[in-house]
Amino acid sequence: MAQYTENELAKDLDKQDYKFGFVTDVETDKIPEGLNEDIIRLISSKKNEPSWLLEYRLKSFEIWKSMAEPNWAHVRYKKPDFQKIIYYAAPTQTKKYESWDDVDPEMKETMAKLGISLEEQKKLTGVAVDFVMDSVSVATSFKSKLKELGIIFCSFSEAVQEYPELVKEHMGTVVPNTDNFYAALNSAVFTDGSFCYIPKGVRCPMELSTYFRINAGGTGQFERTLVIADEGSYVSYLEGCTAPQRDENQLHAAVVELKAMNDAEIKYSTVQNWYPGDENGLGGIFNFVTKRGICETNAKISWTQVETGSAVTWKYPSCILKGDGSIGEFYSVAVTNNYQQADTGTKMIHLGKRTKSTIISKGISAGNSENSYRGLVQIQKNAHGARNFSQCDSLLMTDHCGAHTFPYIECKNPSAQIEHEATTSKIGEDQLFYCKQRGISEEKAISLIVNGYCKEVLNQLPMEFAVEAQKLLAISLEGSVG
Amino acid sequence: MIEIKNLHAKIEGKEILKGLNLKVNAGEVHAIMGPNGAGKSTLASILAGREEYEIIEGEVTFEGSDLLELSTEERAHLGLFLAFQYPVEIPGVSNVNFLRTAINEIRDAKGEDPISAKDFMAMVREKSKIVELDSSLASRSVNEGFSGGEKKRNEIFQMAMLNPKLAVLDETDSGLDIDALRIVAKGVNTLKSANNATIVITHYQRLLDYIVPDFVHVLYDGRIVKTGNKELALKLEEKGYDWIKEETQVG
Repeated sequence: MAQYTENELAKDLDKQDYKFGFVTDVETDKIPEGLNEDIIRLISSKKNEPSWLLEYRLKSFEIWKSMAEPNWAHVRYKKPDFQKIIYYAAPTQTKKYESWDDVDPEMKETMAKLGISLEEQKKLTGVAVDFVMDSVSVATSFKSKLKELGIIFCSFSEAVQEYPELVKEHMGTVVPNTDNFYAALNSAVFTDGSFCYIPKGVRCPMELSTYFRINAGGTGQFERTLVIADEGSYVSYLEGCTAPQRDENQLHAAVVELKAMNDAEIKYSTVQNWYPGDENGLGGIFNFVTKRGICETNAKISWTQVETGSAVTWKYPSCILKGDGSIGEFYSVAVTNNYQQADTGTKMIHLGKRTKSTIISKGISAGNSENSYRGLVQIQKNAHGARNFSQCDSLLMTDHCGAHTFPYIECKNPSAQIEHEATTSKIGEDQLFYCKQRGISEEKAISLIVNGYCKEVLNQLPMEFAVEAQKLLAISLEGSVG
Repeated sequence: MIEIKNLHAKIEGKEILKGLNLKVNAGEVHAIMGPNGAGKSTLASILAGREEYEIIEGEVTFEGSDLLELSTEERAHLGLFLAFQYPVEIPGVSNVNFLRTAINEIRDAKGEDPISAKDFMAMVREKSKIVELDSSLASRSVNEGFSGGEKKRNEIFQMAMLNPKLAVLDETDSGLDIDALRIVAKGVNTLKSANNATIVITHYQRLLDYIVPDFVHVLYDGRIVKTGNKELALKLEEKGYDWIKEETQVG
């Protein structure tokens, strides 16, 4: 029987404000603001990087300088001043922790506030966590257990030092530094992130999880994630994000690359809860992220995202279905409230024969927010028998929010089957009244109705994450019907 | 149980209830009949607390409380239940999840602990038998894809689960075939006790063959114009409402 998490919601509903808006007082090592070659060299030398990586960064910087910031998304915001951003901020105590006991107590407290006490997790949940605060990865649990299976799960910087050949071989092969403005920027200045490699035929026995947090003021976070699932392997990867409340806009421009080799499967789940700004639209994170995966023959990549945070979101986790019989899936819940803006969706590029993709997108708009789904389904000439099913639903909570759908379909193979369904509905007064007549309060009724609406997506999440996501939805939408 | 005194109410500027009086005691079944537009569903909506209606004057006392001062959910917590004429679909929310949330909200309002999963499931099994509801319906989304008859049976199932003091059945017989009608009526009769009461709002006498009322009231033009026993319902069935209209106008 399903968990009745609604009952637990009441406690959390008391704190309807952004509950992750604390700042941790940890000394940070920041470099001067601004962006130029010297800064990039400084970042690279601080991270003790091999020369090929420095060259890659400098090349990316050259490419970035020649690019213009994209304008096509259905979002409006003040463009960041890239010379006013601090591109590297690390908690000063960055030496490798020998054991969990060595980790700064303040940092531990931060993690406890995030509800991811590693100590508990170690014992209870079997989730391996890599925690990236500002730009540096501070702790990875369960490493030795994973090591026995040959699984590598570590910070990106560590991977650069320990497994340079793997990084060099795969980095930038899914999202090249020429891909787009923010991917080029990330490629030039990325500071850390997560790296994961699952060897041939290995089924990763636990969920691998990374938490990202922007803590220091005036900084940007540019992390890179690279997940490689070798032939016949399986991994489920989770990513969570939070940031303190600040009046300024902070930039988050990440790159995530997934590679699923023949017969491999990657399940990638995100609960994104960056600070969304206050109720007047002041502050909040700009979340401009490039996420993409490549599927070889019979491989499968499944993206699941629950997006409740950020002032502006610009994000399209995509699949390149290169190998025959490969499968791409995208399950998304995007919630916008107050003055949040989200332009999110996916791209499914069908190259191989009999490739299949499924897109389930659930948008929820409240307050004065704007919520757009933007998706591309592209069937290339050789993708005989390719199939796509897309369903894009929008739920409106008020009369002054917006929901938009921009589905693009390009089909170059006549044997392909493409289905697209879309609905827009307003949360029903009748539904609310029905719930209330049965004794259910309005807040709880909204949470029930919204969770029901998102069920297909929430069902895709691992259990602990699904519970967390349900609570987040309720908190994000508290008092929002109008 | 409930006493309605001189209730006047309007919607969108139009007065629908024009001085309605009704008293229902524990253990009683009251039927309210009347022609279309008499105000039957308005009465049900006002009792349940729909906000579109404006109360002009009058009072309603339910279990010693001023009903009109209470929110919809507070009324439910006190034991008022409305079986909807048009039950609402809630996609993705299972019937059991919905009901368990409702039961625990009501228990919480009374200062009681939440029901255990075991007790709850035992209750689901027991109560679903009363309305011969297939157990698969209990785990399906609330009313989604239910047939008209299933929706109405689900209303009575919810009533059985929530065990209200006062149940108001708003045209529960509409759209039911004879078998479904019998099942729904059996459910209502099974749930009847000396401690609860039922108001059956209906257009036709048919339902009253199965749910035998202690009192039959005729609602016409916003007021109760005639009260009798089951014989009154039969007379209405035979003669229609015209004689009531004439009598009322003469009076």
